[in-house]
Order: sequence, then structure tokens, then C-alpha cells
Amino acid sequence: MSQIENVSRRRFLRGSFGTGALILAVRYLPPMLMHVHTKDGQTDADRATFHPNLFVGIQQDGTVYIVAHRSEMGTTIRTSLPLVLADELDADWKRVKIDQAIGDKRYGDQNTDGSQSVRRFFDTMRESGAAARWMLIQAAAKHWNIPASECSTELHMVVHKSTGRSLGYGELAADAGRLTVPKREQIQTKKTSQWRYIGKGMTSVDLEKLCTGKAMYGMDARVDGMVYASIEHPPVLGGKINTLDDREALKVAGVHQTLRIDPFKPPAAFQPLGGVAVIADNTWAAFQGRKKLKITWDNGPNVSYDSAEYKKELRETAHKPGKLIRSVGDSDKEISAAKNVVEADYYVPLLSHVPMEPMVALAEFKDGKVTAWAPTQNPQAVQAIVSSELGIPVSDVVCHVTLLGGGFGRKSKPDYVAEAAVLSKKLGRPVKVVWTREDDVKFDYYNAVAAMYMKAAVDDKGKPTAWLQRSVFPPITSIFDVNAVYGDPPHLAQGWTDLPYDLPNIRIENGPAQAHVRIGWLRSVANIYHAFAVQCFTDELAHLANRDPVEYLLDLIGPPRTLDFTNVEYPNYGADYKTYPWETGRLRKVIETVADKSGWARKKSAKGHGFGFAAHRSFLTYVATVVEVEVTTDGEINIPRVDTALDAGIVVNPEATLAQFEGAVVFGTSIVRSGEITAKNGVIQQSNFNDYPVARINEVPAQTNVYIAESSAPPAGVGEPGVPPFVAAFCNAIFAATGKRVRDLPLSSNSLFG
Amino acid sequence: MINLKVNGVDCTFDGDPAMPLLWYLRDILGLTGTKFGCGISLCGACTVHKNGEAIRSCVTPMSAAAGSEVRTIEDLGANGLHPVQEAWMRMNVPQCGYCQSGQIMQAVSLLMTSPHPTDQEIDDAMAGNICRCGTYQRLRQAIKLAAEKTA
Repeated sequence: MSQIENVSRRRFLRGSFGTGALILAVRYLPPMLMHVHTKDGQTDADRATFHPNLFVGIQQDGTVYIVAHRSEMGTTIRTSLPLVLADELDADWKRVKIDQAIGDKRYGDQNTDGSQSVRRFFDTMRESGAAARWMLIQAAAKHWNIPASECSTELHMVVHKSTGRSLGYGELAADAGRLTVPKREQIQTKKTSQWRYIGKGMTSVDLEKLCTGKAMYGMDARVDGMVYASIEHPPVLGGKINTLDDREALKVAGVHQTLRIDPFKPPAAFQPLGGVAVIADNTWAAFQGRKKLKITWDNGPNVSYDSAEYKKELRETAHKPGKLIRSVGDSDKEISAAKNVVEADYYVPLLSHVPMEPMVALAEFKDGKVTAWAPTQNPQAVQAIVSSELGIPVSDVVCHVTLLGGGFGRKSKPDYVAEAAVLSKKLGRPVKVVWTREDDVKFDYYNAVAAMYMKAAVDDKGKPTAWLQRSVFPPITSIFDVNAVYGDPPHLAQGWTDLPYDLPNIRIENGPAQAHVRIGWLRSVANIYHAFAVQCFTDELAHLANRDPVEYLLDLIGPPRTLDFTNVEYPNYGADYKTYPWETGRLRKVIETVADKSGWARKKSAKGHGFGFAAHRSFLTYVATVVEVEVTTDGEINIPRVDTALDAGIVVNPEATLAQFEGAVVFGTSIVRSGEITAKNGVIQQSNFNDYPVARINEVPAQTNVYIAESSAPPAGVGEPGVPPFVAAFCNAIFAATGKRVRDLPLSSNSLFG
Repeated sequence: MINLKVNGVDCTFDGDPAMPLLWYLRDILGLTGTKFGCGISLCGACTVHKNGEAIRSCVTPMSAAAGSEVRTIEDLGANGLHPVQEAWMRMNVPQCGYCQSGQIMQAVSLLMTSPHPTDQEIDDAMAGNICRCGTYQRLRQAIKLAAEKTA
């Protein structure tokens, strides 16, 4: 019960809320957050008797603390990475406790984004576990006075097989803690055949809490003396307050005061948007007070932004020669001389993340330092922005990472945490900033709107002799550099630069686009619009050639080989190309697998019933997807079945991987059916799930089958790669069922289907 | 003065009677298992039971909760997991988990009225509850599993 003391109840009790509150609070209130660190930011692992490295600590009672330094937003990473360490340690998972790390550069990168947690830290986790295991073995050998080579480990203990002696990890913790940490070359990680957890599948360590309402999200954070804030942001990006009348707002019961937040200085990056905060006793009072604010705004130059006009501009730009990204042969020459030329325009609008938990953060400024509790994908970015906004050292910002009620890339951008810190400094007390869903939809960092122009010269058999593709989208780099208008290499590399086709002439271009809203990463990012254009255009060509789409796609991909990016800027998701080469053979394999498993050869599309196909590599993972659709006579589109095959290299947690790919098709369903953010006079026109709908249970695939390839390749991403091929395959299936080509997303605003 | 029962405990409230039950539960009582997702009854994250029926607490003013018995996710498993919660764990339904309190409360309510729901009945009952992570396939299976168990 002592942890209940962390929770502010006094206000409930002192006032008029009745006796029930105390009883309920004592009965149900969960302990404050997941972990309370000491002031120096130490974890339980740090404080343990045996603490060989950053990520693990063992107590004398045998408890093993493993640090989760990445954020949990539903991918099970808080379980999966510690599981890798536990495996190498031969630890009993039941005796492992997970220690959620605060933001701290000593852990290396903590930005839980880009489907890279496992691949970036797989070796680190293995070596950390193996080093601890090595030291436990040394300690036992010393105790028994025998060579370490005679000792081995079983579950949570060191054994000496020939004499049958054993010592538990807890018993060895003190002795092991006195040994020198081994050098990397002294330790040996397990052979894959010895893995006890990796590749077997494990549910989340938080599973029961997630099913009982006890899991602590940012929305649930509380500290003593805290107040609530709701912020009216400038309706147009870059706007400023002209006049403010808060008299009516201040009359709302429970409202304390209002506070202005300065507008950001461009570029926006992760700065607060500015506006007026209403400070109140509770969330509801803050919301109510905000409704009574009377503000006139100086909207600034983005007031001219109209998304319908902007779409036309993007398309015009896409029809003009752009910046060359990659060239093979001479596409322009071949196309201008060709008899048969096919061209098509594709378009994907701005998309919003809408995680179920809106942006929320709690921050306390005290004695010149900030402590924040936030559902953030990137606690070190929280430290950086709070430091620069408040003019305090990064080391004086402690960011506790709560569970995230979804992230999808939005919560990598900590503007909302900076708001809480700025307000707390002004008020001198802890402030919890709560965004409404409307705030979330209107003030997102949207996935870029994109226009793609596709063109191919085809021979008599319908196979391309030359290929041209040109994309135009406001780049994510525009949030850091107001002059950025071209796609940057890492995002062009997302399914554009790396067209895997074996064709004699290829030309890949990108055109300029000025951003008028904040652009940001959203699950799968540029792969969404790039794969949509490439995989749907390929399907168009297959149908024009009267060929089976799968057979045609395999023909375009050509023989198994490693793509050659000599003299091409291809960042490959930040991964070393030798370790993670682009192998067409692996793409072919997942295509063949899913074709086989789905019974593609037997599937015959007919009016009202169609099958679509697409394949794509993203985040170093190869995926192929078959989508089946039924279209009713009144135009309703159902999805009876999806089959998807993936090769993500070594899969640490197959159970979590299945879930990610099941979820990806739902995410993709939302994109195709209804994902569209529009703007008029610089103001975002959507506000909530009524006008920005996301897929519900009756709209999603009835059955999703996922096939994971056995692979010994190094681990790759699993959170994002399922989305892009699904989007394209879904649209290709709609064509197969209706004869109508979906080139402009979403369906809801498409004149063919809307 | 508004009197109501929350998870079996008598409570009184004399604040703004227009305050939604959601914020009374979360901010005043500290029962944070019930979630805020949209504020206008579009997502179901705030689902609780009022007199045994699933309601959206984000649009239920305290005045409308007067005299009622409210049950939240915290109480559902207070004396051992509810069969629906067990099924949720068995099928490994949650990803981020934020919507799941609402999903579970809605599913419990469905099974009270329809112990063996068809797919259509599941769609009809659950279509008001959004899961952005996309756990629908598993939660459908979990509802069926719970229906078998309670049969």
C-alpha cells in the first residue's frame, strides 16, 4: 500500500467528492507507473548485487532484472529484447523482472521507430547475457575449485555435471559481482540450436495488466499536486495569437488560469506549436474552459494551403522531369521511341496516426530540473527538446517512459511533452497536458501526401523495355529545414530507389514539394505510397499483357541476385549493405510461398470476387501478400481472406510477429478505405473518428494467415513491413473484382467508389 | 449531490453534473483502467457497465449516472479473472492494450445478452470499439472461446 502514497488523493478527499473515493482508490489504484527510479536515474539492474553491464542485474534471491530501453507501444518489444538476453543468460523467464529505462544516452539509441529495435540490439542483448553467464560460471568454478571448462549452465543455475553439483544464480551473485567483466572475445554466445526462448514465441510480460486495466499509460500518470492542461493551438501551422479573451474560460468551475505558450521559431521540429493553455483541477474542467476562450489568430503564410489545389500541383510536378535518383540504361530514349507506352498517376493523401491514446504528458519542473512521465517512442528526444525549450542541461531532464497507447511514429515527436515541461516551469507545479482526439487529428505530423507518375514502354508480349517512375511529396526533412522540398535519400530508399526489377532501362526521379503542415514518420512511411504505385502499376501491366500477375511480377524481378547500388545513394534503412543485402531471391521466395499457401493458381477472379497480389521489401524484410475481396451489388467491399508471407531473417518472437502482421493489414485497410486528411485555408478539416474513420471489426479482413519463413539471416523489421504490400494487393484485388483501377486513395473520396 | 455506486462502493459527487462519468472515474476516483479515446462516443475505449449494460462513459454525464451501479474493468477481475479476460489472455489479444478495457467490457456485455454470439452479432456488438493496432481477429476468437467456456 505504500505506493498509494505517491498518488494524489488529497484533493478528492478534502473536497466534496465523498467517501467512496478513498475506498476505491485504496482498492484499485495501481502503483505509480511501472518503475520509480532513484534520483540518479539508476535502475534495479544497476543496483543489483551482480551487475555486469547496463542491461542486466542479478540479486542474491535469484531475481534477474533486465532493462528494456525501447518503448512499448504494442509490438511486445519490452518483452522480446529482454528475452534475447535471458536466453543467453539461461535465465528462468519466470524469475525475470523488466526494468523500463528512462531516457539516457548510455543505452545508445532509444528511438523506438523504423522497425529496428531487434536488429540494432540483438547482438548487444546476446553479448550482455552471455557475459553475465560467463561470469556466473567463473564464480562457480572458483567456488568448487575446478576449471571453468568443466562447468555449464542449466535453467538459472551453474552445474558441474560429473559431480552433480549445482549453484543457483542468486547464490553466485555476490561472487560473480566481484569478478572482472570479460572482454568480448572471451565470451561465446549460444549456437542457434541451443536457444531456449529465441524463435519460440512469448507473450507480453504485461499481458495480464493489459487485460485488467492495471497497465499504466501516459494518460494514467499522476503525481501529487498536479494540475491538468488543455491547449488551444493555432489552427494554421505557424499561426500566432492576435487577441485573447479568457474571461469566460476563467469562470468555469475548476479552471485556475490560462497561460500562453510562445509560437515556435521555424523550423517546427519538436517544438510546442504555441497557443493558450487552460489550467484546471481535472481534465474535464480544462476542456470546458478551453471551449470558452475567445482568440483571434494571425494565421501566417500557411493560410493559403488548400489540399485539393495542392494535389493538382503535386500531379503537375510529377509530370515534369525531376531530380534523377537512379538510372539504368536510357529510359527516356527507349520510351520516346516506343510503340506501346503505358502511363498512370497514383496519389496517396496526408495520413494521420490516431493512436488510441491521444498525446499526453506529465511534467514537473522543480529546482531547475524536469521530471517527465510520457508515452514516448523517443525519451532522448524528450530530453533534448525540454532542455532547449527550458534552457537547462540535458542531464537535468529525466524522462520516464510509460506504456504507450499506440504510437505508429507519432510519439517519436515529443512536442506534447515539451508543452507539459514549459507549462510546469511557468506554474511551478506538475502539469499534465491532455490532448483531445480533435487536437490529435488536427495537429499531427502527417504521413506525406504523395503523387507518383508511372510510365513504361512495353514490347509485343507486354513486358517493359523501359520504366520511368517519378514521385513528389513534401519531405519529412521539412520539419527540420524549411527549405527542404526534395525527398531525402533514406525516404527515397523506401521502395523507390530500390525498384527490384531486372529491366534494361530504368529511370527513377523525385520532384519538389513545399510542406504546409508538419510531416512525419507513420508506420511504413514512404513505403506506403511507393509500394502502392509500383505494385499497382505492375499489376496494370500484367493485366494489359494478359498474364498472371504473380508470374509477371516474378518475370520483372528476374533471377535471384543481390541488387547493385554502386554509384547510387541507397541508405538501406541505416543497415550495412553487406550484412543486409537486397536479395531478389528472398523476395521471389516469399512470393512463391504465399502463392502456394493461398492456392493462388486455383483462384479465379470474377465479377464481384477478386484476388490481388503484391510484394515489397521494407525495413529489410521481404513480404508478399494475397488479398481476396468480395464486392456486393451495392458496392460494399468485404475482405474474406488475406495471406501474407514474410522473410524477416531470424525472428526472435514469432508470436509477436504474427500479431504485427495481422495488425498491419488492419492498418492498411484504414489507409485504403478512408485514410485522408485534407486542409482548407490552412486548417485541417478532419477532427475525430467520424471524419477520419479507421477500420472497425466489420470492415477488416475476416481471416488473416501469416507465414513466417525459416531463416538464418540476421534479424530485420516486423512492425511496419506488413502494411505496404497489403495496401497495393487490396487495390489490385478490387480491380480484379470490379475492373476499376484504384489510383487515388482512399476509396471513400474516390469518385469510382465514394 | 449525486449518489451512485462504483464497483460496489457508495459514492457521492457534488461537482458539475455535466461532467462525464469517464472523468469522474479517472480524475476524481483514480480508476484509470477506463480510457479516454475520442470523447464523443466513437471509439468505445471508455466503455463501462451501468446497471449491467455497456455504456460510453465519455458521453454519460454524472447527472445520468445518478442512482446507478457502475462497474469498471478494475472490478471485473477483482476476484479472479473473468472468463472473457482469461480468453483475452489465452488468445494473446492485446497489442498496445489501450482499447482493451473497453473491448472487454463490451464483450462481457455481449455475452450476457447473447451467450453464443454469431459472427454477425459480434460485429454488431463490437463495431463501436476501435482497435488501432488491429487485434480484431484475435478478439473475435477470444469472444468465441469465452462463449464456449461459459457454456
